[in-house]
Amino acid sequence: MSEGNQSNGVVVELDDVHKIYRSGDMEVHAVCGVSLKIQTGEFVALMGSSGSGKSTLMNILGCLDRPTRGRYLLDGQDVSHLERDQLADYRNSKLGFVFQSFNLLPRTSARENVELPLLYGARRLTNAELREKSDEVLKSVGLAGREDHHPSQLSGGQQQRVAIGRALINDPEVLLADEPTGNLDSRTSVEIMEIFQRLNDHGITVIMVTHEADIASYARRNVVMRDGLVKTDRAVTQRFIAADEMTKLGRLEPEADETQS
Amino acid sequence: MRLGATFKVAGRALRKNKLRSVLTALGIIIGVGAVIAMVSIGNGAKAQVQAQIASLGQNILQVFSGSVTASGIRTGFGGAGTLKIEDAEAIRREVPGVAAVSEEVASTAQVAAGNQNWFTRILGESAEYFDIRQWPLADGASYSSQDVRSANKVCVIGHTTAYNIYGDEDPVGQVLRIKGVPFVVTGVLTQKGFSLQGTDQDDVVIMPFTSAMKRVAGGTTLRNINVQIASEDQIESAQQQIVSLLRQRHNIRSGRDDDFTVRNQQEVADTANATADVMTGLLFAVACVSLVVGGIGIMNIMLVSVTERTREIGVRLAVGAHGRDILTQFLIEAVVLSAMGGVIGIVAGIVASKVISMVKNWPTVISPLWMLIAFLVSAAVGIFFGFYPAREASRLDPIDALRYE
Ligand SMILES: Nc1ncnc2c1ncn2[C@@H]1O[C@H](COP(=O)(O)OP(=O)(O)OP(=O)(O)O)[C@@H](O)[C@H]1O
Ligand SMILES: [Mg+2]
Repeated sequence: MSEGNQSNGVVVELDDVHKIYRSGDMEVHAVCGVSLKIQTGEFVALMGSSGSGKSTLMNILGCLDRPTRGRYLLDGQDVSHLERDQLADYRNSKLGFVFQSFNLLPRTSARENVELPLLYGARRLTNAELREKSDEVLKSVGLAGREDHHPSQLSGGQQQRVAIGRALINDPEVLLADEPTGNLDSRTSVEIMEIFQRLNDHGITVIMVTHEADIASYARRNVVMRDGLVKTDRAVTQRFIAADEMTKLGRLEPEADETQS
Repeated sequence: MRLGATFKVAGRALRKNKLRSVLTALGIIIGVGAVIAMVSIGNGAKAQVQAQIASLGQNILQVFSGSVTASGIRTGFGGAGTLKIEDAEAIRREVPGVAAVSEEVASTAQVAAGNQNWFTRILGESAEYFDIRQWPLADGASYSSQDVRSANKVCVIGHTTAYNIYGDEDPVGQVLRIKGVPFVVTGVLTQKGFSLQGTDQDDVVIMPFTSAMKRVAGGTTLRNINVQIASEDQIESAQQQIVSLLRQRHNIRSGRDDDFTVRNQQEVADTANATADVMTGLLFAVACVSLVVGGIGIMNIMLVSVTERTREIGVRLAVGAHGRDILTQFLIEAVVLSAMGGVIGIVAGIVASKVISMVKNWPTVISPLWMLIAFLVSAAVGIFFGFYPAREASRLDPIDALRYE
C-alpha cells in the first residue's frame, strides 16, 4: 500500500505500451502505444470492436504477458520486464482474473476451485484455514451451500461466480475480467454486475472488457479502443446500479435474493 | 505449492482414468513382478544349495581319485583308482587337524529281499561316515569299526531303498541280498532328500567299505576319501598337507600333475553362487528392459495428460503457479503412477512366487531388500520418464494454455 500511496492512488499506469505479435514474417501490431492511468477504486469498462486489442491489453494489465515496448507500473512498481515467476507472484497477490469461459477446473468442487490461488500463495495455510477462507468467499458471491458442487453441476452464472470467488480469494487490488458476461444471459449478467459493483464499492479496482453498451454502463468509466489505440475515454454519466435493475427485473428467481445478501 | 495438495491432485488425475493408469503402469507391474518372483526363486535355490552343502557335513574335504587337467577337463575323475586304503590311513595319522576320515567306495547293484528287488547305489564307507555327514539313523543302529575291520556283511539302508524293498515292514534285522550275497540290515537312515546334482540321496545302501570292496565292487582302490577337519581355519593348511602327503606317497615328481583332486566344500558353494550370479545378471537385464518399456509408457501417457490438461495448466499459471509448481505436479503424478505400479508389481511378484513354490515345489525366499529396491527403482523410473513431459508442461505460456482448445 505504501507504494500505492506514493503514486497518488494510481494503481495501474500504462506508458506508451505496444504489443507486436510475430508469427513467421507476419507482424501484428495489436496494441500501438496506449497510455492509461487507473486510480484505486475505479470501475473501468474497456470497449471496442473485435480485434481492436482489448484482450491483448488485458493480458498485459493482468501480467499474463509483457509489453513489447513501453512501461507498465502496477501499484507503483515497473512490471514490464519481470521474469515469468515474478509475474506469477504479482498475479497471485495483487490481481484477480475472470474469464469469459469461466476456466474452472473440471471435476473439482467449487471450494477447491476457489482455493486454487491460495495453494500457490506465499502464505502457508492449514487445511482448516483454506476451507474457512474459501467458504467465506463463496458465501460472498452467493454460493453458500454449493461448496461441494462441481462445475458440471452449476449453471453458467454460478460457474462465473465461482470464478469471481477464485479471483477474490487473495484480496486483490485489481479485478480483471475479459468479457465476463459474454457467455451469460442478460439477467445473469446483471447479477454479475451487481457483484462487481459491490466489490467496487468496497474499494477494489475493476477493469472489465465488454461488447455490450448496457453492461459498460455499470462501470464508472468507459475506455473505447480502436486499432490498438485508445479512441475515447470518458466517465459514465448515466450509470446503472445493478441492485435497482434487479428490482426492476422483478426478482423472477429466488437466486437473486441470495445475491443481495 | 503444498506437497499434500499436489499428491491429491495427482491422485485425482490418475483416478479419473483408472483403466488408463493401470494399463500404463502395466509395464512397471510386469517388470517389478518378474524381478520379485525370480529373486524369490533364486534366493530359494541359493538357500537350498547352502542347506545341501551344509548337509554334506561341516568342514569337509573330499579327495577324489584322478585329477583335473590344466584345461579343466577331468581325467578319470573318481575312477582312475589311484587312492588306496593306506592313503586314507596316512591322512588320518599324519595330517594335523583331521577329525574323521571315511574311505568311500561306490558302485551300483541289484538288491533283493523276499520277492522284491531294487536297483540302487552301493556306498562303502567307514563307521565314521554317519557322523561326518551328520546323518542320523531313523531306526536300528549303524555298523561298528569292528564290522569295517572284519568286512562283515552288514549294511544300513536309505529311506527310498527301505520303502521299495520292505514297504511298511521294519527292515532292521532282515536279510538283504546284494549281488546274491546276504547282508544284514542293521539300521535305516533318516530322509535326506535330493542332492545338488538331483540324485535321491535316500536311494542307497551303505556298508563297510571293506565289505563293498570284497563282495560288491571288487578292486582295492577307493573312489574318494572324505576328510572332516576339526575347525574351519585349519581347512586350508590341511588341504595343502593332504596334497603334499599324497604326492609324496604316490611318488609324483614336481612339475607333474596330481593324480587326485582335493575338493573343498567352499569351492562347491562358490561355483553354485557364481551360477546364481549369472542368473541374477540375466534377471537384471530383463528387469531393465521391462522397466524402460514401462517408463516409455509412462512418458507417453504423461505427454497425453499434459496435452489434455493444457487449460488446467493455464488456469494454474494464471492464478500464480510457478513453472516449478507445474513441474512438481506432473512429476509427482508420474512417480505416483510408477510407484503404484511398483507396489502392485511387488504384490504380484510375491503371489507369483508363492504359486510357483506351491505348484512346482520349489522353495522361495522373499527378500525385503529387493522389495525396497524394486520400489525405489520404479519411483526413479517415474522421475526419469516423467521429467520431460512435466518440463514441457511447466514451460507452457499461460495465455496459450488458457486459449488451448
Ligand atoms: N497470439 C497472437 N498471435 C498473433 N496475433 C494475435 C495474437 N493474439 C491476438 N492477435 C491479434 O491481435 C489483434 C488484437 O487481438 P485481441 O484478441 O486483443 O482483440 P480483442 O479486442 O480482444 O477482440 P475480441 O473483441 O474479438 O475479443 C488481432 O488482430 C489478433 O488477430
Ligand atoms: Mg478479446
